[in-house]
Amino acid sequence: MADGANPENSAQGSGETRREFLYLTAGAMTVVGAAGAIWPMIDSMNPSADVLALSSTEVDLSPIEEGQSVTITWRGKPVFIRRRGAEEIAIAEETPLADLPDPQTDDDRVEKPEWLILVGVCTHLGCVPLGQKTGESRGDYGGWFCPCHGSHYDTSGRIRKGPAPKNLEVPPYVFLTDNSIKIG
Amino acid sequence: MSFKTNNKVVQWVEDRLPLISMGHHTLYEYPMPKNLNYLWNFGSLAGFALVTMIVTGIILAMQYTPHVDMAFNSVERIMRDVNNGWLIRYIHMNMASFFFIAVYIHIMRGLYYGSYKAPRELLWQLGVVIFLLMMATAFMGYVLPWGQMSFWGATVITNLFSAIPVVGESIVTWLWGGFSVDNPTLNRFFALHYLLPFIIVAVVVLHIVALHTVTSNNPLGIDMKGPQDSLTFQPYYTIKDLFGLGVFLILFAGFLFWAPNYMGHPDNYIPANPLSTPAHIVPEWYFLPFYAILRAVPDKLGGVLAMFGAIAVLFVLPWLDRSKIRSCKFRPVARVFFWIFLLNGLFLGYLGGKPAEGWYVVASQIATAYYFFHFLILLPVILPMIERPRELPSSIHEAVLKS
Repeated sequence: MADGANPENSAQGSGETRREFLYLTAGAMTVVGAAGAIWPMIDSMNPSADVLALSSTEVDLSPIEEGQSVTITWRGKPVFIRRRGAEEIAIAEETPLADLPDPQTDDDRVEKPEWLILVGVCTHLGCVPLGQKTGESRGDYGGWFCPCHGSHYDTSGRIRKGPAPKNLEVPPYVFLTDNSIKIG
Repeated sequence: MSFKTNNKVVQWVEDRLPLISMGHHTLYEYPMPKNLNYLWNFGSLAGFALVTMIVTGIILAMQYTPHVDMAFNSVERIMRDVNNGWLIRYIHMNMASFFFIAVYIHIMRGLYYGSYKAPRELLWQLGVVIFLLMMATAFMGYVLPWGQMSFWGATVITNLFSAIPVVGESIVTWLWGGFSVDNPTLNRFFALHYLLPFIIVAVVVLHIVALHTVTSNNPLGIDMKGPQDSLTFQPYYTIKDLFGLGVFLILFAGFLFWAPNYMGHPDNYIPANPLSTPAHIVPEWYFLPFYAILRAVPDKLGGVLAMFGAIAVLFVLPWLDRSKIRSCKFRPVARVFFWIFLLNGLFLGYLGGKPAEGWYVVASQIATAYYFFHFLILLPVILPMIERPRELPSSIHEAVLKS
């Protein structure tokens, strides 16, 4: 309070800088405190424990015939499982990387060439592409076609044409036996 | 003629809380330009629509269940079993569309008569904020019935944020509260759909405070210079607003009772199915021009930026249009381009409802380019060079007497 009683002193630096210092540190602590108080509320909107707990699925592959596709659900999203024929595998493997907007070899996208496993969500805005059922359009490259905004995917699920920026995502999975996988 | 009273109770309240004199000032003696045409009705019509949406919405919320297993059926229960539920829901559905009709006309009125120009820049920007909040509210409301269009509309729109570099995916997961649009998403959308209208009310209050500070623009775009240029709000504009409301409600009743689903999509009467996207997803009609802009750009981030940019450009419009003359009545060139802009906007809306293939894609690219050309090149660069405005009348009073 001595500083305040002496106007000369407070105008001259020492009192002033001391006050500024206190002002700044108090202000900074307020910001840190407010951020700390807000974070739990923001984080509460992130996936909760029960949502995270549903994050793996086992699939029996034995009933799937060659050339057949099935769709299963993993984390609320469709997962496409396609048992590819020799011709489809050959096309996917022989495509030059230069033709791909998101270059990736077919080899990098499968554990076993016969089984192509993809998250069935278009990387543009999240629609489910067509091509799983017989009679549905498979697009210009024999894979999948997203009807929402016209993205074409090839027989390795790679983007070939349209607004989607990336290939269909390959979910993490392991072969438990020759005929069953665990996704997630 | 400020507020005076002989009633002692009124005076007692007035000395402590001047509500009555504030009401008297804003709804009774408030001076309005005396040459307003019917395009000036749409602000109060939008206000009426907002109140209707809040009242019907609160009643609907008493019957609705925000859970993925029950939402669709709870809406069907409202339609079939709840007393007058069909009426209240159809009013809510159709008034949403009529709210946008009123607001779009209100915006186009502002564009034609230069209502965004000094000193009305903040008034205009608050209006753009209201427009954005309305779009967010309408989008989340459309998700609540949990039909196919609800689900896939929500999926597509929330995925827009995944276009943000680096943090996009985390933001989308956070918005969803999971790894896809699911129960947590529906719950929070319901909470926000209930909250946002009240925020809109707050911004509308600011919009009106700003309006009453700068006063209403008018078809001539010149300022009121004295009492001979104005009329009091009551009875002249209260009655005109009420008459307009009557016409508005006749049209509204036409849709409500004879074609309540005309502006909706049949697909939304199919319960949401996360494994099957409808062949042709389209948003509600009032989003179509912006949806066309989104799809016109063949790049994900670019499309999202163009769509948000289409609204962001409205924020800076007061500084893009450099003409000192407000009303297009006195701007022979700007007037022509206004109508081209309006037709281009309607064309974008048409294209937004069509599949993204063939000539539609090229056409929406051209129309999108024109949209931005209008704001970014035509108004600030070309018009100041080629346009010679006509002479303004010296006062509203004089112009009114002449006609």
